Amino acid sequence: MVKVADVVDKLNARVICGSGDMNQEIQFGFASDLMSDVLTIDTENLLLITGLNNLQTIRTSEMSDISFILFVRDKKASEEMKELACENEITLLECGHSMFRACSILNEIGLQPVY
Amino acid sequence: MEFKFEIEGGNFSKAGSASSEVKKILKQLNVNPKIIKRTVVSLYEAEVNVVAHAFEGNMNVDIDTDKIVVKIEDRGPGIPDIDQAMQEGYSTATPQVREMGFGAGMGLPNIKRNSDQMNITSKVDVGTELEIINYFG
Repeated sequence: MVKVADVVDKLNARVICGSGDMNQEIQFGFASDLMSDVLTIDTENLLLITGLNNLQTIRTSEMSDISFILFVRDKKASEEMKELACENEITLLECGHSMFRACSILNEIGLQPVY
Repeated sequence: MEFKFEIEGGNFSKAGSASSEVKKILKQLNVNPKIIKRTVVSLYEAEVNVVAHAFEGNMNVDIDTDKIVVKIEDRGPGIPDIDQAMQEGYSTATPQVREMGFGAGMGLPNIKRNSDQMNITSKVDVGTELEIINYFG
Protein backbone atom coordinates (compact mmCIF):
# COMPACT_ATOMS: atom_id res chain seq x y z
CA MET A 1 0.00 0.00 0.00
CA VAL A 2 1.17 3.50 -0.87
CA LYS A 3 -0.30 6.73 0.47
CA VAL A 4 -1.26 9.53 -1.92
CA ALA A 5 1.06 11.77 0.13
CA ASP A 6 3.99 9.42 -0.63
CA VAL A 7 3.24 9.47 -4.37
CA VAL A 8 3.23 13.28 -4.26
CA ASP A 9 6.43 13.38 -2.22
CA LYS A 10 8.49 10.81 -4.17
CA LEU A 11 7.47 12.07 -7.61
CA ASN A 12 7.39 15.76 -6.73
CA ALA A 13 3.85 15.63 -8.08
CA ARG A 14 1.06 18.19 -7.87
CA VAL A 15 -2.44 17.38 -6.69
CA ILE A 16 -4.75 19.25 -9.04
CA CYS A 17 -8.08 17.78 -8.02
CA GLY A 18 -9.44 15.91 -5.02
CA SER A 19 -6.68 16.84 -2.57
CA GLY A 20 -8.94 15.99 0.38
CA ASP A 21 -7.37 12.98 2.03
CA MET A 22 -3.66 12.57 1.42
CA ASN A 23 -3.63 9.49 3.68
CA GLN A 24 -5.72 7.43 1.25
CA GLU A 25 -3.87 4.22 0.40
CA ILE A 26 -3.46 2.76 -3.08
CA GLN A 27 -2.51 -0.86 -3.66
CA PHE A 28 -2.06 -1.26 -7.43
CA GLY A 29 -0.69 0.67 -10.39
CA PHE A 30 -1.45 0.31 -14.08
CA ALA A 31 0.39 2.33 -16.72
CA SER A 32 -1.09 2.84 -20.17
CA ASP A 33 -1.92 5.46 -22.77
CA LEU A 34 -4.42 3.06 -24.31
CA MET A 35 -7.84 3.38 -22.69
CA SER A 36 -9.00 0.16 -24.40
CA ASP A 37 -6.47 -1.67 -22.20
CA VAL A 38 -7.53 0.19 -19.07
CA LEU A 39 -11.14 -0.87 -19.67
CA THR A 40 -10.12 -4.54 -19.48
CA ILE A 41 -8.67 -4.19 -15.95
CA ASP A 42 -10.79 -5.62 -13.19
CA THR A 43 -8.74 -4.54 -10.17
CA GLU A 44 -9.89 -2.30 -7.34
CA ASN A 45 -7.87 0.39 -5.59
CA LEU A 46 -5.84 1.32 -8.63
CA LEU A 47 -3.67 4.27 -9.68
CA LEU A 48 -3.78 4.86 -13.44
CA ILE A 49 -0.45 6.18 -14.70
CA THR A 50 -0.86 7.77 -18.12
CA GLY A 51 0.35 10.40 -20.55
CA LEU A 52 -3.00 10.59 -22.30
CA ASN A 53 -4.60 13.84 -21.23
CA ASN A 54 -8.06 14.07 -22.69
CA LEU A 55 -11.61 13.79 -21.43
CA GLN A 56 -11.78 10.08 -22.27
CA THR A 57 -9.03 9.37 -19.70
CA ILE A 58 -11.43 10.67 -17.03
CA ARG A 59 -14.47 8.94 -18.53
CA THR A 60 -12.60 5.63 -18.71
CA SER A 61 -11.61 5.98 -15.05
CA GLU A 62 -15.18 6.83 -14.10
CA MET A 63 -16.50 3.67 -15.77
CA SER A 64 -13.68 1.50 -14.38
CA ASP A 65 -14.07 2.78 -10.79
CA ILE A 66 -10.52 4.16 -10.83
CA SER A 67 -10.16 6.84 -8.14
CA PHE A 68 -6.58 7.99 -8.79
CA ILE A 69 -4.91 9.22 -12.00
CA LEU A 70 -1.27 10.30 -12.33
CA PHE A 71 -0.37 12.24 -15.49
CA VAL A 72 3.29 11.80 -16.44
CA ARG A 73 5.58 13.65 -18.90
CA ASP A 74 4.22 16.98 -17.61
CA LYS A 75 0.87 16.46 -19.28
CA LYS A 76 -1.71 18.91 -17.99
CA ALA A 77 -5.37 18.23 -17.32
CA SER A 78 -7.80 20.73 -18.87
CA GLU A 79 -10.44 22.57 -16.83
CA GLU A 80 -13.09 20.31 -18.34
CA MET A 81 -11.12 17.22 -17.26
CA LYS A 82 -10.70 18.62 -13.74
CA GLU A 83 -14.43 19.34 -13.47
CA LEU A 84 -15.38 15.84 -14.57
CA ALA A 85 -12.78 14.29 -12.24
CA CYS A 86 -14.00 16.32 -9.25
CA GLU A 87 -17.61 15.41 -10.03
CA ASN A 88 -16.61 11.75 -9.87
CA GLU A 89 -14.34 12.12 -6.84
CA ILE A 90 -11.24 11.16 -8.80
CA THR A 91 -7.90 12.44 -7.50
CA LEU A 92 -5.74 13.91 -10.28
CA LEU A 93 -1.97 14.19 -9.95
CA GLU A 94 0.59 15.61 -12.40
CA CYS A 95 4.34 15.02 -12.51
CA GLY A 96 7.22 15.78 -14.85
CA HIS A 97 8.75 12.29 -14.91
CA SER A 98 8.62 9.87 -17.81
CA MET A 99 6.18 7.00 -17.42
CA PHE A 100 9.07 4.54 -16.97
CA ARG A 101 10.70 6.57 -14.20
CA ALA A 102 7.40 7.21 -12.43
CA CYS A 103 6.53 3.49 -12.50
CA SER A 104 9.98 2.54 -11.29
CA ILE A 105 9.77 4.90 -8.29
CA LEU A 106 6.20 3.88 -7.44
CA ASN A 107 7.07 0.19 -7.57
CA GLU A 108 10.07 0.83 -5.32
CA ILE A 109 7.86 2.40 -2.63
CA GLY A 110 5.39 -0.49 -2.72
CA LEU A 111 2.83 0.06 -5.46
CA GLN A 112 2.03 -3.35 -6.94
CA PRO A 113 1.52 -4.32 -10.60
CA VAL A 114 -1.90 -5.67 -11.64
CA TYR A 115 -0.27 -8.59 -13.49
CA MET B 1 -37.91 2.02 -15.98
CA GLU B 2 -37.01 3.18 -19.45
CA PHE B 3 -34.51 5.80 -20.50
CA LYS B 4 -33.31 7.01 -23.88
CA PHE B 5 -30.07 8.83 -24.64
CA GLU B 6 -28.88 10.36 -27.91
CA ILE B 7 -25.31 9.67 -29.07
CA GLU B 8 -23.61 12.12 -31.42
CA GLY B 9 -21.24 10.63 -33.99
CA GLY B 10 -17.76 12.18 -33.99
CA ASN B 11 -18.24 14.18 -30.79
CA PHE B 12 -15.60 12.79 -28.44
CA SER B 13 -16.13 15.48 -25.81
CA LYS B 14 -19.56 13.99 -25.11
CA ALA B 15 -18.60 10.32 -25.50
CA GLY B 16 -19.44 8.53 -22.29
CA SER B 17 -22.13 10.91 -21.07
CA ALA B 18 -24.95 8.40 -21.69
CA SER B 19 -23.05 5.60 -19.92
CA SER B 20 -22.33 7.98 -17.06
CA GLU B 21 -26.06 8.68 -16.64
CA VAL B 22 -26.79 4.94 -16.57
CA LYS B 23 -24.11 4.47 -13.91
CA LYS B 24 -25.74 7.13 -11.72
CA ILE B 25 -29.15 5.45 -12.08
CA LEU B 26 -27.77 1.98 -11.23
CA LYS B 27 -25.97 3.40 -8.18
CA GLN B 28 -29.20 5.00 -6.98
CA LEU B 29 -30.89 1.61 -7.34
CA ASN B 30 -28.19 0.03 -5.16
CA VAL B 31 -27.17 -2.51 -7.79
CA ASN B 32 -24.07 -4.57 -6.88
CA PRO B 33 -21.01 -2.36 -7.74
CA LYS B 34 -19.32 -5.23 -9.64
CA ILE B 35 -22.38 -5.58 -11.88
CA ILE B 36 -22.54 -1.80 -12.32
CA LYS B 37 -18.91 -1.79 -13.44
CA ARG B 38 -19.40 -4.66 -15.91
CA THR B 39 -22.47 -2.95 -17.32
CA VAL B 40 -21.11 0.55 -17.69
CA VAL B 41 -17.79 -0.64 -19.14
CA SER B 42 -19.71 -2.49 -21.87
CA LEU B 43 -22.04 0.49 -22.44
CA TYR B 44 -19.12 2.91 -22.60
CA GLU B 45 -17.28 0.72 -25.14
CA ALA B 46 -20.47 0.63 -27.22
CA GLU B 47 -21.01 4.38 -26.90
CA VAL B 48 -17.41 5.08 -27.99
CA ASN B 49 -17.97 2.77 -30.98
CA VAL B 50 -20.97 4.85 -32.09
CA VAL B 51 -19.03 8.12 -31.64
CA ALA B 52 -16.02 6.66 -33.46
CA HIS B 53 -17.77 5.03 -36.41
CA ALA B 54 -21.36 6.24 -36.88
CA PHE B 55 -23.17 9.47 -37.76
CA GLU B 56 -25.61 9.25 -34.87
CA GLY B 57 -27.17 6.75 -32.53
CA ASN B 58 -29.21 6.23 -29.43
CA MET B 59 -29.05 4.15 -26.30
CA ASN B 60 -32.34 2.70 -25.04
CA VAL B 61 -32.15 1.47 -21.48
CA ASP B 62 -34.76 -0.75 -19.84
CA ILE B 63 -34.18 -1.54 -16.17
CA ASP B 64 -36.22 -4.29 -14.54
CA THR B 65 -36.02 -5.69 -11.00
CA ASP B 66 -33.66 -8.47 -12.09
CA LYS B 67 -31.88 -7.16 -15.17
CA ILE B 68 -30.86 -4.29 -17.41
CA VAL B 69 -31.46 -4.48 -21.16
CA VAL B 70 -29.73 -1.89 -23.32
CA LYS B 71 -30.16 -1.45 -27.06
CA ILE B 72 -27.67 0.74 -28.86
CA GLU B 73 -28.68 1.55 -32.42
CA ASP B 74 -26.72 3.67 -34.84
CA ARG B 75 -26.98 5.09 -38.31
CA GLY B 76 -23.63 4.58 -39.98
CA PRO B 77 -21.44 2.43 -42.18
CA GLY B 78 -22.38 -0.84 -40.45
CA ILE B 79 -20.05 -3.81 -39.94
CA PRO B 80 -19.47 -5.98 -43.04
CA ASP B 81 -18.07 -8.97 -41.14
CA ILE B 82 -19.14 -9.24 -37.48
CA ASP B 83 -17.00 -12.34 -36.80
CA GLN B 84 -13.94 -10.42 -37.93
CA ALA B 85 -14.93 -7.38 -35.84
CA MET B 86 -15.23 -9.65 -32.78
CA GLN B 87 -11.59 -10.69 -33.08
CA GLU B 88 -9.26 -8.95 -30.63
CA GLY B 89 -6.94 -6.56 -32.46
CA TYR B 90 -9.12 -6.02 -35.54
CA SER B 91 -10.01 -2.36 -35.96
CA THR B 92 -11.02 0.12 -38.65
CA ALA B 93 -10.64 3.13 -36.35
CA THR B 94 -9.26 6.41 -37.67
CA PRO B 95 -6.05 8.03 -36.34
CA GLN B 96 -8.28 10.56 -34.49
CA VAL B 97 -9.97 7.72 -32.60
CA ARG B 98 -6.58 6.21 -31.73
CA GLU B 99 -5.41 9.58 -30.40
CA MET B 100 -8.30 9.41 -27.94
CA GLY B 101 -6.90 6.13 -26.55
CA PHE B 102 -9.17 3.75 -28.45
CA GLY B 103 -9.18 1.85 -31.73
CA ALA B 104 -7.11 -1.13 -30.59
CA GLY B 105 -9.73 -3.60 -31.74
CA MET B 106 -10.74 -4.54 -28.22
CA GLY B 107 -14.14 -2.89 -27.88
CA LEU B 108 -16.53 -5.61 -29.05
CA PRO B 109 -14.62 -8.47 -27.33
CA ASN B 110 -14.64 -6.42 -24.11
CA ILE B 111 -18.38 -5.79 -24.43
CA LYS B 112 -18.90 -9.55 -24.76
CA ARG B 113 -16.70 -10.19 -21.70
CA ASN B 114 -18.65 -7.70 -19.60
CA SER B 115 -22.17 -8.70 -20.55
CA ASP B 116 -24.29 -11.76 -19.73
CA GLN B 117 -25.85 -11.64 -23.19
CA MET B 118 -24.76 -9.72 -26.24
CA ASN B 119 -26.57 -9.67 -29.58
CA ILE B 120 -25.34 -7.74 -32.57
CA THR B 121 -26.77 -7.23 -36.05
CA SER B 122 -25.53 -4.88 -38.72
CA LYS B 123 -26.34 -3.75 -42.24
CA VAL B 124 -23.64 -2.18 -44.38
CA ASP B 125 -24.38 1.51 -45.12
CA VAL B 126 -27.39 1.42 -42.80
CA GLY B 127 -26.18 0.87 -39.25
CA THR B 128 -25.62 -1.45 -36.32
CA GLU B 129 -27.85 -2.68 -33.51
CA LEU B 130 -26.30 -3.99 -30.34
CA GLU B 131 -28.18 -5.45 -27.39
CA ILE B 132 -26.55 -5.92 -24.01
CA ILE B 133 -28.29 -7.76 -21.16
CA ASN B 134 -26.89 -8.00 -17.64
CA TYR B 135 -28.61 -9.71 -14.71
CA PHE B 136 -28.46 -8.24 -11.21
CA GLY B 137 -28.56 -11.57 -9.38
